Amino acid sequence: MITLKINGLETRAEEGQTILDVAKFYGIEIPTLCYNEGLSRYGGCRLCLVQIGEEPRTKLVSSCTYPAEEGLVVRTDTKRVIEARKMMIELMLSLAPNSKIIQDLASKFGVKQVRFKIRNEECILCGLCVRMCAEQMDGRAIGFQNRGYKRKISTPFDIRSEECRLCGGCLYICPACQLRCQGPDADTAVCNACLTMDPTCLDYYDELQCWMYDVGRCGTCIREKPEKSKSKEKAQKSKQKEKNA
Amino acid sequence: MRKIKKIKTIKDLEQSIHSQIQARKSEKKPVLTVSAGTCGQARGSLKVIKSLEKAIKEQNLEDKVKIKVTGCHGFCEAEPNIIVQPINIFYQKVQPKDAKDITSETIINNKVIDQLLFTDLATGKKISSENNIPFYKKQRRIILGDNALIDPTDINDYLSIGGYRSLAKVLGSITPEKIIESIKQSGLRGRGGAGFPTGYKWEFARKTKGDTKYIICNADEGDPGAYMDRSLLEGNPHRVLEGMIIGAFAIGAGEGYIYVRDEYPLAVEHISLAISKAEEMGLLGKNILGTDFDFEVHIVKGAGAFVCGEETALIASVEGRVGEPRQRPPFPAVKGLWGKPTNINNVETWANIPLIIEKGAEWFSRIGTNGSKGTKIFSLVGKINNTGLVEVPMGITLREIIFDIGGGIPGGKDFKAVQTGGPSGGCIPKEMLDLPVDYESLTKAGSIMGSGGMIVMDENTCMVDVAKFFLNFLRDESCGKCISCREGTQRMWEIVTDIAEGKGKKGDLEFLEALAKATRDASMCGLGQTAANPVLSTIRHFRDEYEAHITDKKCPAGVCKELIQYSIIAENCTGCLACLKVCSQEAISGELKKVHVLDQSKCIKCGACYEACNFDAIKIE
Repeated sequence: MITLKINGLETRAEEGQTILDVAKFYGIEIPTLCYNEGLSRYGGCRLCLVQIGEEPRTKLVSSCTYPAEEGLVVRTDTKRVIEARKMMIELMLSLAPNSKIIQDLASKFGVKQVRFKIRNEECILCGLCVRMCAEQMDGRAIGFQNRGYKRKISTPFDIRSEECRLCGGCLYICPACQLRCQGPDADTAVCNACLTMDPTCLDYYDELQCWMYDVGRCGTCIREKPEKSKSKEKAQKSKQKEKNA
Repeated sequence: MRKIKKIKTIKDLEQSIHSQIQARKSEKKPVLTVSAGTCGQARGSLKVIKSLEKAIKEQNLEDKVKIKVTGCHGFCEAEPNIIVQPINIFYQKVQPKDAKDITSETIINNKVIDQLLFTDLATGKKISSENNIPFYKKQRRIILGDNALIDPTDINDYLSIGGYRSLAKVLGSITPEKIIESIKQSGLRGRGGAGFPTGYKWEFARKTKGDTKYIICNADEGDPGAYMDRSLLEGNPHRVLEGMIIGAFAIGAGEGYIYVRDEYPLAVEHISLAISKAEEMGLLGKNILGTDFDFEVHIVKGAGAFVCGEETALIASVEGRVGEPRQRPPFPAVKGLWGKPTNINNVETWANIPLIIEKGAEWFSRIGTNGSKGTKIFSLVGKINNTGLVEVPMGITLREIIFDIGGGIPGGKDFKAVQTGGPSGGCIPKEMLDLPVDYESLTKAGSIMGSGGMIVMDENTCMVDVAKFFLNFLRDESCGKCISCREGTQRMWEIVTDIAEGKGKKGDLEFLEALAKATRDASMCGLGQTAANPVLSTIRHFRDEYEAHITDKKCPAGVCKELIQYSIIAENCTGCLACLKVCSQEAISGELKKVHVLDQSKCIKCGACYEACNFDAIKIE
């Protein structure tokens, strides 16, 4: 049994537990984002930062990855932690301003403005989808590409992956989300299922049944809609008429 | 190639070291040692060697002189250079055409060729001996000094300077615990950057339970402008190898890896050769020198990611995964390569080990300061007269390194700052020139020792531009795992770029500082934790320069293109057409012997006219 102090409280932990595990057990709240109980620890979003050690030798670590150690002194809400955490939320908001999850975090921790230029990438590279695909779905269809500011999540060579079974696990877990279907765009979309194989959607959409949430966004069902194809035919015919004239 | 005899016992090794030393002593022929590290080769030393060989053949001197191709001698400015031994004459900037003179004059007639000697910039005197050159005089070359003595491809040459003697000593009579104890006593600290005491690191790895343990030599040198490790691997690979074998014996490791970047082809070649020779000689492999100690070394070539110098990222890379750091603890000493206890040290750290064993911990700890022992190799580059690798005792001041060894700033310009520790380091201003160079002092000044890069900047350097340069490097080299580091460096770069382009706003500096602090605090590994240093140290020491960019929209050093304007001073212009000829945009018009005119609308601010003008008639505002 390991004993450590969190916010002054004597806590006990088992070998292999992280600071976050212990804090959760004792009901001490630490915000998380890239953490998920069913997935391996990543430590990329830096929201679960806590301060360890005693003054003057303290440092911030991500509690989801840092193991509980004997005699460790942890504080979850020092000024330093709060300032760093707020900056992380601000950075995330500048990347995915439309994400409900990140907006909620911002309002909860009092981030009232984004001083950075908005990039609207709809992805904060938290890696949840990558781990979901590999660890829970045994797919390994998506992964990180490049490093630094060029880093992104995609399939190998940005083309439809044969490993992808279109399970939608990545979409389910995404807090941001870029992976949500972006329509039949062969260059950028992750799955491109609508272009390459039988659609997973119904032929005629039903607002409740479309699992893409954003009805018709993927484009599959719209393509099948009779009125549209008719109107297209009409347009083509009228064009031909004009030409003939 | 001659086959190397396998050495089976410690006594045999001692004997062959002894006989090699005797052979070196009895050697009466003068030796021309030509520096042919990567830097020397780039300056044409291979051509010099060829013409030397030709000259020797033509003059029938084969029996009278020997050529030795060595690694880097450290004095890059004077490359390619030749040291004539044993009379110790230093010839600098040798051209292939000089080969004949060297053989006919120096070798046959025993005369010194004056025009090839080093000229002291301060006194104008010619200096013949290497030891009297100011560049070498204040150095203490306990590690680098051997580079000039040996052919790195010849293991016997290494034996002839007493190489592998420490290994014989260790395997013969010292227990692993005693080795670690003496490394601890010596006060040696890691030379890769963080400066963790090596002895303690070894002890952790030794004490962790486990049958399989590994050691790794970190040769993933990635700082811009730093090449200490390369020069050691190229010039004295056996020294590093010997350090590793001793370390493996002390820690109880059976396998070692050298992680070296593929951009160092010569280093890879030399260390590979050294490993195969050592294997042939029986210094690596099973039952080394008849003991029950087995050790083998493999080479892993890195693809040049800066972050792979971080030990957990390095381990991931060796294992074949993407080079991304992970949380420590568990430290590599507990859970490292393939989950086994692993000890990682920098090339220079390994190279220090044989020396400590041979001369004793006490001898080593007498060099340096209280907290930092031994010597440190720095690569002195930038706006400095004597560019090169310098090895100095810890505690020497920056002034001594830059002005006494480095010979000051070229062109009579003013010194402005020195950047230590590479992209993770900081800039130290003129006022702090008397700062002693050791781990603690540099950290206090807002910089770090790092692996030993030292970039000197003169008055024409803009500190905002410097911060921008390093941030650009870091945003590219961050692995991208932590949002703090990936986005932090990117956003800092954006803000600094805005400031450099004259788009800075009031409050930008405070915001930049807050972001820099958050990046430093929130990142997982050393890269992110130090990524703010270039920004924080330049703001700390050169705040007025940032403010000039933001409020006055002026770049005091005249570097940031968007904020400067070139114009012609009519009184100084002689109408020589020099600037007109170099202007690619045809922005300058005028006739011979008439004052030229610069059209601002066409000017792209390349600065070519400024460089071309001999009459100081172009000014930058």
